[in-house]
Amino acid sequence: MIRLGVPSKGRLMEQTADWFAARGVSLRRTGAEREYAGEVAGVAGVELVLLSAGEIPRELAAGRIHLGVTGMDVVREQVPDWAGRMEEFARLGYGHADLVIAVPAAWVDVETLDDLDAVAAAFRAAHGHRLRIATKYHRLVRDFLRAEGVADYQLVDSQGATEGTVKNATAEAIADITSSGATLRANHLKVLADGLVLASEAALFGARDAEWGADERAQLDALRVKLGL
Amino acid sequence: MADKPAIRAEGQRLLDAFRAAGAVPVEADILQPAEALLDLYGEDIRARAYVTADPLRGEMMLRPDFTVPVVQMHMAGGAEPARYAYLGEVFRRQERPGARASEYLQAGFELFDRADPPAADAEVFACIHAALAPLGLRAVTGDIGILADAVRGLSTTERRKAALMRHIWRPGRFRRLLDRFGGRAAPDPRRAALIERLAADTPEALIAAAGPLIGKRAANEIAARCTALLEDAAEPAIPAPEVETVEAILALRAKAPAALEALRGHAAAMPALAPAVARLAARHAALAARGVDVAALDFEAAYGRTTMEYYDGFVFGLLAGDDMPPVATGGRYDALTAVLGQGRAIPAVGGVIRPGLVAALGGLR
Repeated sequence: MIRLGVPSKGRLMEQTADWFAARGVSLRRTGAEREYAGEVAGVAGVELVLLSAGEIPRELAAGRIHLGVTGMDVVREQVPDWAGRMEEFARLGYGHADLVIAVPAAWVDVETLDDLDAVAAAFRAAHGHRLRIATKYHRLVRDFLRAEGVADYQLVDSQGATEGTVKNATAEAIADITSSGATLRANHLKVLADGLVLASEAALFGARDAEWGADERAQLDALRVKLGL
Repeated sequence: MADKPAIRAEGQRLLDAFRAAGAVPVEADILQPAEALLDLYGEDIRARAYVTADPLRGEMMLRPDFTVPVVQMHMAGGAEPARYAYLGEVFRRQERPGARASEYLQAGFELFDRADPPAADAEVFACIHAALAPLGLRAVTGDIGILADAVRGLSTTERRKAALMRHIWRPGRFRRLLDRFGGRAAPDPRRAALIERLAADTPEALIAAAGPLIGKRAANEIAARCTALLEDAAEPAIPAPEVETVEAILALRAKAPAALEALRGHAAAMPALAPAVARLAARHAALAARGVDVAALDFEAAYGRTTMEYYDGFVFGLLAGDDMPPVATGGRYDALTAVLGQGRAIPAVGGVIRPGLVAALGGLR
């Protein structure tokens, strides 16, 4: 039996149900509205596990579910060596979210990461501490800035209202998820021209460490045919 | 894999060898304040070290190396010259399964000496080289100071030299800066558009037009960088022969005597390299005086550029093979002592050995 983990509520759950329904597989919550159990119709041997979207990467990494639908960003942020522990079967075309680096719009001398790096050096010399970037995506942002050779910055943790941290002087720049950029503009921030850390969307992942017996492999093959993957 | 008592026994033999060479054994706390390490290495160290929270002392790290605490201890009142030795675990966070050990013993020797840097380099290398002689390792040497002197010798602004110096340990960005300052990269259209906008009005007017200024970076800092960008845009490119000399140094790999000859050739074209070449010649003489076969040493001018971030002069590694981390590494870190000493500095050179790898290679007995 394949265990398929999908988000248990919200828009991500609806869009996931729509995506599967369009391919002849229906995901249905069973029992009461608040119960986190469900069934899969249209294909045999698949069990539905409803989880919060943030728990799905961990369950996939541990192999407690065989398949899971969640955002590319949370998988890359939460799971070290994610590509060694799961396979991305398909990007699903919804749940789009760009993780970007943004600075005050009034920084007229800053357009690119190159500028940010130069400003970080001058800022550290002038203020005695490294330029602070507020984010909750520490791994993604650190890996990105290391690959780009940006130095003299520090990440400060921000689990919400990240756009406000610059105005409140707890950070000089931010790295956050945006879909239209409107919130950033409203907070007098602008995105760096090459500051796209990750263009994320919802994706279907398979867990390498789940129990894949002969039955599960056959069921996966059937499911992939049905889904056109 | 050798067992822990065997590894510790190898470490103890190395510590004894360092003591016989005049070093005083020292200890360091396993829990180190994160602040000093973060200031030195930047945010990257969080990916490489274990960070933990102490309820009273704030953010702490499990000792990623001994160099920082030993330098701090020495700066707090050590006599000079000083030789220190240590043996203990270091901790390195690993993001990929199976790749590298996340906890291992390290035996080290550090020498603080103002009198004769080439002799100090040779003493540390010879001590570690001799201790590991039974293993027949390949010795690679290098000198980050040669690249630094080449950058200082470029015919360009202090600002450009400072930008290159700052990224000397980040090959990718160093390359991009060198290409830009050397006029070899096609001009970035975004940068060109930015310069055009900045030239159109005063920084104050541009800032006012861009919206309310938020955050800690002040208008005068933005204006100063606008001026700097406009000045830099008017600067001529670094002459091509100088860029080629820097590239030739980055690519230089040869036996030590041949490398010295090649660098003498570069110094003829770029006189700023003369002191670095003289240092290298003096180091080779000092190594020979300590009985090291200099002709057998490999020399790579860019050795240790990506992995040994705080070394700024002589660097070395003793290698068993490509599928194993270096058994020993070391080098000179004068600049680190200046940073940790808050103005005070002392020339320092040191090296570390991994007893676990020594044991895996059959040990010293």
